[in-house]
Amino acid sequence: MESVEVAVIGAGPAGLSASIEVAKAGAEVVLIDENNKPGGQLFKQIHKFFGSRAHMAGIRGIDIATQLLEECEKFGVKTLLDTVAFGLFEKNKIGLVNNDKSFFLQAKKIVLATGASENVLNFPGWTLPGVMGAGALQTIMNVNRVLPGKRILMIGSGNVGLIVSYQALQAGAEVIAIVEAAPQIGGYGVHAAKIRRAGVPILVSHTVQQVFGSDCVERAVIIRLDEKWKPILGSEKKLKVDVVCLNVGLTPLTELAWMVGCKFVYIPALGGHIPIHNWNMESSKKDLYIAGDLTGVEEASTALEEGRLAGLAIAESLGYLKGEKIFKRKAEVRKRLAALRSGPFGETKRKLKESFMQGDEWKENE
Amino acid sequence: MKTFRVEDHPILGKLKKRKKVKIVVDGKEMDAYEGEMIASALLAHGKKVFRYTKRYMESRGVFCAIGRCTDCVMTVNGIPNIRTCVTSVKEGMKIETQKGLGKWR
Amino acid sequence: MNKGLKFTGVLSEEELKKCPGYPSEERFKKGPVAVIECIQEIPCNPCEVACPFGAIKVGDPIINLPVLDEEKCKGCGLCISSCPGLAIFTVDMLYSKTKAVVSFPFEYLPLPKVGNEIEAVNREGKIVTTGRVLKIKNPSKNDRTPVISIAIPKEWAREVRSITIPQEEKEERIIERS
Repeated sequence: MESVEVAVIGAGPAGLSASIEVAKAGAEVVLIDENNKPGGQLFKQIHKFFGSRAHMAGIRGIDIATQLLEECEKFGVKTLLDTVAFGLFEKNKIGLVNNDKSFFLQAKKIVLATGASENVLNFPGWTLPGVMGAGALQTIMNVNRVLPGKRILMIGSGNVGLIVSYQALQAGAEVIAIVEAAPQIGGYGVHAAKIRRAGVPILVSHTVQQVFGSDCVERAVIIRLDEKWKPILGSEKKLKVDVVCLNVGLTPLTELAWMVGCKFVYIPALGGHIPIHNWNMESSKKDLYIAGDLTGVEEASTALEEGRLAGLAIAESLGYLKGEKIFKRKAEVRKRLAALRSGPFGETKRKLKESFMQGDEWKENE
Repeated sequence: MKTFRVEDHPILGKLKKRKKVKIVVDGKEMDAYEGEMIASALLAHGKKVFRYTKRYMESRGVFCAIGRCTDCVMTVNGIPNIRTCVTSVKEGMKIETQKGLGKWR
Repeated sequence: MNKGLKFTGVLSEEELKKCPGYPSEERFKKGPVAVIECIQEIPCNPCEVACPFGAIKVGDPIINLPVLDEEKCKGCGLCISSCPGLAIFTVDMLYSKTKAVVSFPFEYLPLPKVGNEIEAVNREGKIVTTGRVLKIKNPSKNDRTPVISIAIPKEWAREVRSITIPQEEKEERIIERS
């Protein structure tokens, strides 16, 4: 069985930045991803990111992805693409499949950065072709350069729904409406503002009642909700649409963490069941680190920083980085994470994440 | 709309020239671009129904577009349950709208 | 009545009044000025970095709302393309006796042509007046965020923030009550 110093599972922003930090420090790292190209969700993010210079603000996600890939190459990160990590076993053994061949990889340290997947909403007609995740629409438009339809109904006004609606307009589709079940818009006001300027209605306290069509989506019926979130009969409106996008949250992809026995905590606002970690991004299993949306659904910018932190902590624990320097660098990353997790949108996330990062007492005794 | 392909884009720019390949979908020849996913080639031609379910023959198509949900599976070159959103087209590929669980040939 | 940005995506009168990036009436009367319609505390500060005159202050922590220094601001518009939220504009009330110039970010294709007559929209996307395209700036440092300047009747300068986006067919959105 092959063995490697560091294996990173998931080549999204968290996995990429973890690999870069590890490789920069001089350790050997293999970056594994099931897709044929690294970058995770970054290659769909054609919009400019928020934050400060250090957070790569003002740079489009796609360009951040290109920069990260260049750094990976520069520092000699080895990549294993089209490779699915099907299992994570005791003592850091990873089960992998590539091209119908399975094999195992032993690693001294592992970073799990498997991200999150979109949730679904069930309503009559939800299985019709044309009903898809908002991320799916984003992939099809921005990566595949195809429009799956021309008239889109977006369900959910979180940042993903607002941004993908904007990107649908940019790709030449029409967004008929954005419906939001809550009485207020979930995402940033500025995202909602530019969508409104483009003439797209945002209907709060509304949801989808049903979608129908003979073989695929042809019509959607939306309905208003009262203060108790109950549908108001008689307020139904029928829309002519051919795509219905679901933007109803994300759930961390935690299978590998469950499998190997990580300790979990249940925090709905962060996506549900999440494996816990300490300030070094180490999970409750020794030598297993976690970063990015897997540890709580946030943003690409926090994923980048968490990956960095995990990479630095690994380099430190392997002895490649020592002393005052590493202490300072980790402190800088933690400071940037705190800055990202501030304000009315970020503050809740910070409190929730810090609620389980108590220190090392709960870690397994080896 | 003439085509479902996004030929020009304010951020992504113009579509780069790619080599065309011919694929056969339900017996009909169709143009696709080398390296693109089967699902995107089909959507570009306006084909949205990829398969029918076993019991109630309900239509299904793309849902997650990243290879996780398996809603988009079709029979490709005689092999059923191929995830078309993460499988690239190849010259002469035979793609069929799958009925139920499909048949191995 | 507009309850505000969080409910409709459209800034209310009160929100605009309280917004520290929104210029005073006196400043509007003095000529070109930046209008930063940013009222939510999000960690973000590219606008501060973009202004060559130091007229935008965010400071530390970066969730602070951007504050416009009306004296320092020349209304040059360099900040417009720096905002990831596309929330910065410039207004020039002194363009002519009857017309004002509004500059805004516009990331759609096809772009209009200089000299074209266009339909100007307010924050709700409603067409409120017509205008003419004076300038379209899209240098590489804007990173694909073109800035369009249009001349519109002065009385609409506090409302107009964009133009209609290019759309192929315009069908009715709601086709029938069920």
